[in-house]
Amino acid sequence: MDALLLHRIHFGFTITFHYIFPQLTMGLALLIVVLKTIAWRRNDEMYNQAARFWAKIFGINFVMGVVTGIPMEFQFGTNWSHFSRVTGGVIGQPLAMEGVFSFFLESAFLGLFLFGEKRLSASAHWASAVMVWLGSWISGFFIIVTDAWMQHPVAYRMGQNGTFEITSFWKLLTNPWALLQYPHNMCATVITGAFVMSAVGAFYLLERRNEEFGRIFLKVGVIAGVISCIVIIFPTGDLHGKYVAKTQPASMAAMEGLFHTEKGAGIVLMGQPNEEKQTLDNPLVVNNVLSFLIYGTTSAEVTGLDKFPKDQWPAPLPLLYYGYHIMAGLGTYFVVVMGLAAFLLWRGKLYTTRWILWPLMLSFPLPYIATTAGWMTAEIGRQPWVVYQLMRTSEGYSHHVSASNALFTLLGFAGLYTVLGILFVVLIYREIAHGPAHMKKFEEGLHTVSGA
Amino acid sequence: MMGTIWFWIVGAMLTAYVVLDGFDIGVGALHLLLARTEDEKRLVLRSIGPVWDGNEVWLIAGGGTLYFAFPLVYAASFSGFYLPLMIVLWLLILRGLSIELRGHIGMGVWRAFFDGLFALSSVLLAVFYGAALANVIRGVPLEADSYFFLPLWTNWRVGPSPGILDWYTVTGGVLALIALAVHGAAYLAVKTIGDLQQRARRTISVLWIPLIAITALSLIATMAIRPQTLDNYKAFPIAFLIPAGVIASLIALLLFSRRGNDRRAFTASCVYLALMMIGAAAGLYPALLPSIIDPKDDLTIARSITGHHAQAVGLAWWTFGIALAIMYFVIIYRMFRGKVDLESEGY
Repeated sequence: MDALLLHRIHFGFTITFHYIFPQLTMGLALLIVVLKTIAWRRNDEMYNQAARFWAKIFGINFVMGVVTGIPMEFQFGTNWSHFSRVTGGVIGQPLAMEGVFSFFLESAFLGLFLFGEKRLSASAHWASAVMVWLGSWISGFFIIVTDAWMQHPVAYRMGQNGTFEITSFWKLLTNPWALLQYPHNMCATVITGAFVMSAVGAFYLLERRNEEFGRIFLKVGVIAGVISCIVIIFPTGDLHGKYVAKTQPASMAAMEGLFHTEKGAGIVLMGQPNEEKQTLDNPLVVNNVLSFLIYGTTSAEVTGLDKFPKDQWPAPLPLLYYGYHIMAGLGTYFVVVMGLAAFLLWRGKLYTTRWILWPLMLSFPLPYIATTAGWMTAEIGRQPWVVYQLMRTSEGYSHHVSASNALFTLLGFAGLYTVLGILFVVLIYREIAHGPAHMKKFEEGLHTVSGA
Repeated sequence: MMGTIWFWIVGAMLTAYVVLDGFDIGVGALHLLLARTEDEKRLVLRSIGPVWDGNEVWLIAGGGTLYFAFPLVYAASFSGFYLPLMIVLWLLILRGLSIELRGHIGMGVWRAFFDGLFALSSVLLAVFYGAALANVIRGVPLEADSYFFLPLWTNWRVGPSPGILDWYTVTGGVLALIALAVHGAAYLAVKTIGDLQQRARRTISVLWIPLIAITALSLIATMAIRPQTLDNYKAFPIAFLIPAGVIASLIALLLFSRRGNDRRAFTASCVYLALMMIGAAAGLYPALLPSIIDPKDDLTIARSITGHHAQAVGLAWWTFGIALAIMYFVIIYRMFRGKVDLESEGY
């Protein structure tokens, strides 16, 4: 088997599985801060209890995120050694900073947040929740800075032996790509958190259990959800899309399935790109909209793939196209569902309207799919480069690690992560079935409850 | 000059990792032997519960700092040690899970399974870490492009085509296992009372002779397979204080433990591990990864250090970031100081 492909799958598979967990913990960390803030300001024990329940869900996700995250830090070196050697002078910086500034903060204060409620005052416990939230969002920022440099290299020069050196620390951290992608990505984490919280709330109401908690979860989840669902499209997604069109026109053409340069290009709602014939099969297109979205006028010319040599087309092209369309399509659905739910919440009917509770309960997997599809859009869109227009992906992998060894460890991870996934589902199911109402009170401690 | 600072920064972070995560790995390696009842098992887990994750961050942050400061060494060593590193990753995953998931379901089979997994993964991690350090000291067959790839084992001999495991690195692995077991026992003696504490102290007494023997053996073996290790010591004889300190800390460890002064015994164990790491780094300097074939291929500080701007900016944020990290550790360890009990929140 092809070593390059195996190393790509190795990283792609492990990062995709890993990111299931941080996308929830980052979003949920913010929602837990919201619950803790309401509990503290209003002195409302219900909200504290709700925060304790979500802290348990958070804790399980956090453990899974930690144990699947360690391999990510290692895999730059193990599977992508030449990439690491050439770019370490630049992206070593944000990756090291993530460890020093974020992981210490997160691990220390999570310990305090989970085990310290009894020993801390209400305000100190609230502060530890805020620190966990900050730690997780700082971590996200450094990873985005790393990825942004691969997408849109800035502040570098050639150093010794063909390696890159950083020239400006500040410009690296304020890479325009990072500043656009970060809010877009963090909105996505809040959407995941909001849909998960709303789904549990809707489940409790439909099941007529823990209804007082179900209402809290729905209220917080739907309000956070509707805000983040709008902000992720406008302005963050809109601005980010325009920037991709400007800096990576070939990726944009591939995302839209635009084989030929067009004035007044239309947006493709559906259709399957046909690479051989360079057309779209079964197209459903709205004329002029793509030109308008990118350039603000319906007659603007949008560059198609025909303007680029074939060896610079992102590959696999159909996966990029589908990834983008799945993300955008689900994003539209999220606005509709959360918008309707928010309207019903405002009218005071949400908790009794079963036709909206059902989709809220069932939709929780969709943000995970949308987020994964969005990241596939970003990372396949960068191909065939590992560092855009500076280093090809085919140069970056560990040439001394044979395809057979890469396959061996890929199978190892596949097996281990299957077990992890099963354990995760079982434990989360138990927590939700157990419910927030039966959690032990403040004095009796938090972490022992389901082990009791 | 700044390269030397970064060499010792990376060394210090890995030393902090060994001293800190070392005790919870040691606790894991011993817990099946020391904790007999369910209550004792939970006490053992609680003693490391709030801190093990933070301890492990030193590995991630140390690895990240190596990547940042010496990209060439990071790239060469992580791909060259591909198989053992992947095994270490799997062990870290299993170990983290066994600590955190054990308490979630109150079934005997569930708990016994994770207890066993915790012990097994801790033992193997200690052995692999020791072997890894021994591989670095022994050197690897670096090729002209500064890469290499090591199989897990070849003929078990130290030679031009070694494996990850040979007699020398296995000795290093056993040394690490015994040293971390003693370290874990010393920590448990500080955190517990009664039978558990007595058993922890007894473990130190029993393992002390093997520990001092294998420490001496490994020092002699190192000088035999890599005489250059002594070059820096001969140039700076003051460095011989390091092995002297190793012996002194081992003696102090036993004496304090026998007198029941567990905190000081644990401190002595920390000093012992730190000095072993510093001694190894002093022997390697200025190489980070020596070649077993030709010393001119050694990956030295000068060959692998990152660009000037990165080094200078890095020093500023690193100093600030580590000061914060140390502050968090002081808060956490103070918060959870004293003996563990089953009353408060925890596993």
